[in-house]
Amino acid sequence: MLAFTVRRLVGLVAVMFALSVLVFLIFFATPGIDPARQMAGRNPSPDTIKNIRHEFGLDRPLPVRYALMMEHMFISRDLISYGSHTRVVPQIISATPVTLSLVVGAAVLWVLFSIVFGVAAAVLRGTFFDPLLMVLALIGISMPVFWLGEVANLITQDKLHGSVFSWVPPPGYTPLTQNPWQWFLHLLIPWLTLSVLYIGFYARVLRANLIETENEDYVRTARAKGISERRVLLRHTLRTSMITFVSLFGLDFGVLVAGGALLTEVVFGLPGVGQLTYNSLTGLDLPVIMTTVVYAAFFITLASAAVDLVYAWLDPRVRPT
Amino acid sequence: MAVFEPEAEVAIRDAEETGGDVIGRSPWALAGRRLVRNKLALAAFVLFLLIVAVSFAAPLYARHVAHTDPFVSNLSGSFQQNGKTVQVIQQGTGKLGLGETPIGPTWQAKYLLGADEQGRDVAARVLYGGRASLEIGIGSAALACLLATVFGLIAGFFGGWTDSFLSRAMDLVWAFPVYLLAISLATVLLTAPNGLDLGIVRVGASSLWIPLLIIGLIYVPYVYRPVRGQVLSLRQKEFVEAAIAQGAGSFRLIFREILPNVASTVIVLLPLMIATTILTESALSYLSIGVQAPQASWGTIIDDGQALLYTRPWVAIAPGIMIVLTVLALNVFGDGLRDALDPRSKVRMK
Repeated sequence: MLAFTVRRLVGLVAVMFALSVLVFLIFFATPGIDPARQMAGRNPSPDTIKNIRHEFGLDRPLPVRYALMMEHMFISRDLISYGSHTRVVPQIISATPVTLSLVVGAAVLWVLFSIVFGVAAAVLRGTFFDPLLMVLALIGISMPVFWLGEVANLITQDKLHGSVFSWVPPPGYTPLTQNPWQWFLHLLIPWLTLSVLYIGFYARVLRANLIETENEDYVRTARAKGISERRVLLRHTLRTSMITFVSLFGLDFGVLVAGGALLTEVVFGLPGVGQLTYNSLTGLDLPVIMTTVVYAAFFITLASAAVDLVYAWLDPRVRPT
Repeated sequence: MAVFEPEAEVAIRDAEETGGDVIGRSPWALAGRRLVRNKLALAAFVLFLLIVAVSFAAPLYARHVAHTDPFVSNLSGSFQQNGKTVQVIQQGTGKLGLGETPIGPTWQAKYLLGADEQGRDVAARVLYGGRASLEIGIGSAALACLLATVFGLIAGFFGGWTDSFLSRAMDLVWAFPVYLLAISLATVLLTAPNGLDLGIVRVGASSLWIPLLIIGLIYVPYVYRPVRGQVLSLRQKEFVEAAIAQGAGSFRLIFREILPNVASTVIVLLPLMIATTILTESALSYLSIGVQAPQASWGTIIDDGQALLYTRPWVAIAPGIMIVLTVLALNVFGDGLRDALDPRSKVRMK
């Protein structure tokens, strides 16, 4: 286990280094592009451009520029947004709780509903409910989340807002620490919207895995021993089928926290990390985009390393030698 | 959804359907038979072709049915509806009798789905937008599959450091969240004053090639992984050994022996990739870093419609319905294609 941990951590550092180099190359070394001009945002003064050129060492060799970028990002953390003239890193830190609130709530919903739908479809195989549930799941996967969010807004905020949906607050966010009930109300529709895609996807994966394990020898043995169907499902088939489910969950959760929830945040006006990235996109505020991208990529590699380690600790078979 | 059937069952069913003459039929003919049997998948494919045909007929619709140019704003225009003259942009329709609202759906040839804020015909724009979305979706999926097949063949066939290098590079792109990578590339390319300048080729900033290239490149690893895996296992098969024993060179081994066997994997992935790339294109365009004005795509029209959501909801809803239909059709057809070409379900894709 120790050897595996060390190897995984070395791999982690290597991937993080490579990712940061990739981002650096995209932003600073794309042919035919002047990084200083781009960093300065829309309509910059010549002084700003000169300052940036000096600060990032744009007249010096590539490795020096890379080192300077990393220093600004992680050590001095003094990258300044040329749009809002505020520091980028504290902005990201203060936006994180919003994104976490959105993603954690949606994750709870999608785990619950996808297990219910996936198990129901597998158990009801041969009846018309199974294809019905799977077609619904497929429709869920085929909807762009930002469009679904707009439709949800249209339903809850327009004509029906006077009657059925009068409890839905206008799009926005209230911190959990300030008013837990309002926090819940503001996030309920975004949670549902964000989880639809994942409910569809996970229900399909779970159903396929359940049906696959149905043919395993140990399941047949369990049945032969006279164990009740309910117990076979809960203790034998569902348990094995959850392995794929859990590893997919780790990855998707990481991606969503690290900016994958961007579209949902934008549609519902939630001031999370994704919204921050979006605002800097419209102003073409490159320091903010660059920093959120690197922080997010690092977060995901950390999360996937953590998932691997927990996995290897739980199941010795996956520790490759 | 893949239905899991043991190999023998598939063979038996093929035999029953063909009257027992499975032997002697090519795998492609058998797959075609299985696909034709799947009515739902065929219906989905017909729906997709229909959407493609209608979208590519956009100029005909604009010229001969709607009689407008949906890329020119028409703020002070008016037209005849039921014998009355109607303004395209109607004044004083807001809550306090102020502001202006574009005309809503007329359900007639002209302004079928109403107009957008510029007074342009939404129905015609949705068709033109579909053309751009489909071009980018199909083009980038084809690009991703092509590059992934080339890299996968090279890595899987030659192995060694070539494989290590290519696979590490692919892992790196894979580790990057799709939207963040696309955002990074798009911001850099879109802010460049002259667009993308590669020396030989120059691509303007509003060209459809930019989103096509970006989306195509970020999805290469998603096809590369299954292709490389397949090549690695094919390399060990007896028929490849037999070809080597006959003195076949690398060229013949790759193109005559391995490529035809990898082709079905790539074909299975293609419709599912198009579904994914169309969704990605719409998301990037919605975030204003995909298709750029004056071009329009389904994503940019949804973005245009956001400001009109509560007054003229059809501007945002119509292109969304088109995306859902297209992606759903591709997913259903892709599933059917996988069941037909790959009944043991070797290929799995997120």
